[in-house]
Amino acid sequence: MSSVLFFIAAIGVISGAVGVVLLRNPFYSVLALVSHLLSLAVLFLLLRSEFVAAIQVVIYAGAVMVLYVFVVAYVGDQTEPLGERLRSPGAIGSQLRLGGAVLAGALLVELLIALLGTGLQAVDGKGAGYSPGPETFGTPAYIGKLLLTRFLLAFEAASFLLLIAAVGGVVLARRRHGLDEEEEEHVLTPMDLLRPRATGTMAEGVGRRPEGVHQNQTTRPSAASRFNP
Amino acid sequence: MSIAWYLAVSAIVFSLGAIGVITRRNPLVVLLCLELMLNGANLALIAFSRMWGNGDGQILAIVVMTVAACEVCIGLGMIVALYRRRLPIDVDELRELQG
Repeated sequence: MSSVLFFIAAIGVISGAVGVVLLRNPFYSVLALVSHLLSLAVLFLLLRSEFVAAIQVVIYAGAVMVLYVFVVAYVGDQTEPLGERLRSPGAIGSQLRLGGAVLAGALLVELLIALLGTGLQAVDGKGAGYSPGPETFGTPAYIGKLLLTRFLLAFEAASFLLLIAAVGGVVLARRRHGLDEEEEEHVLTPMDLLRPRATGTMAEGVGRRPEGVHQNQTTRPSAASRFNP
Repeated sequence: MSIAWYLAVSAIVFSLGAIGVITRRNPLVVLLCLELMLNGANLALIAFSRMWGNGDGQILAIVVMTVAACEVCIGLGMIVALYRRRLPIDVDELRELQG
């Protein structure tokens, strides 16, 4: 029974991965990645790690993929002609790209040799013993105990990393040109003495700009027009 | 199933992700393929964790998921910023980070 489930899930995992790499439309790639993640959660369940499987479904396939779908919908249709540069001779990077794919295939062979040709006897076994229980291997209680005792430092570091990433995401994706045309006059506050202007406050994030920054904006379209003549 | 089967699947997924990262041009798809590579690594970690009956691999897999979420946050923020500036969404055209 478990081997049948393993093969179904493994086929789902690999076909989802192939779909991500080969589909032209990024939206379909995201959907293929969702199916890949769901099948991977089944594999995690087969490996007796229920908590990681639940996280995989709830956070990865739920939250992160929704973010991807929103960005794909925002950026719009970016359908990419696959292999066009591979076929056209003399295009920049076509040989490099083909060589990269060959290199990744070589990486697969090397990984398989390293993983399956290892001298470890346990690789061919079914894993360590397992007895069901409320606090046994892989349950939320077990993971929580490990996270808050032995891996407390990693837990705190991960939380700081999340905080930094959230701040970085806001700074990167904030609106730089403002929501509306009419300018609101700048009111001098004590904070102006403490920090230079246009350094990323929340008021500037929603479009209220202090004066003295607008001169820079005229140079921006010319810089962009180098890429889109 | 023996652990070796899971390791083989993880190696295949990792290599497929590497192929995608190298050959695709859309940065969105490159990020998706990076997720594939991280997932392959996660599967190997959890398989080894099961092999020894030890929870450390699962903790490491959870940390890898956290790092992947941060990477998605920053990467998608960069893509949105690129789109707002009307730069091409193509990693072959984007050769400099200077705004």
